Amino acid sequence: MKTNDVLLRNVTKVVAFIIFLFSLHLFLAGHYNPGGGFVAGLTSAGAITLMLLAYDTKTIKSMLNINTIMLTGIGLLFALGTGLIGILTGDAFLTHKYTHVDLPILGDVALHTATLFDLGVYLVVVGVTLTIIQTIGESD
Amino acid sequence: MILKIALSIGLLLYSISIFLYLYRILKGPTTSDKVIALDSIGMNLVAIVALLSMFFDTNAYLDVILLIALLAFIGTVSFAKFIEKGKVIERERDN
Repeated sequence: MKTNDVLLRNVTKVVAFIIFLFSLHLFLAGHYNPGGGFVAGLTSAGAITLMLLAYDTKTIKSMLNINTIMLTGIGLLFALGTGLIGILTGDAFLTHKYTHVDLPILGDVALHTATLFDLGVYLVVVGVTLTIIQTIGESD
Repeated sequence: MILKIALSIGLLLYSISIFLYLYRILKGPTTSDKVIALDSIGMNLVAIVALLSMFFDTNAYLDVILLIALLAFIGTVSFAKFIEKGKVIERERDN
């Protein structure tokens, strides 16, 4: 019997977008509110998992075309690099810096290098979760 | 004071509802009954977290509400696909 998943696919197109926006909110709110890199990474991986459920691994690979193992490595390099910022400025390892920047539209914004560390955590969590799911899904 | 009493009654009713769904999970004749009961338990958990965030007078739990709803949706979809096709993630679809 030929199945037609038109309802699931159209719902996925809307819901995956909402989940990505929610994951971005969790990532950026992590300093002052509940959230952070770990939950944001898991939520993004959940959105990609929903797309994998609605379509198949071949379509998602042609849509996204990311090497998940490389993504994990880049995340670890981000975490190591923010640690090296402390050493290069003469402080201890993983000493974080922050500064106030005047951006054109956003105005006075406080930027902190802990966000870059959190970005590393985010990339590692997304990479590891997608590697696990895709490896198990493709093995017959 | 009247709010706390109303919230307590609501929490009690949702707890009874979750116990009834648990009975359906234990006794459900088919797998689909159990999956739908699990999805409904997820929705009741959303309501319970909302009532608890009113009870404790905080808005730190509001992200949890959206997260539970999204995870319940993804879990139910994957269970449904497993029941229908036998595979959760296909390598290459045929339609």
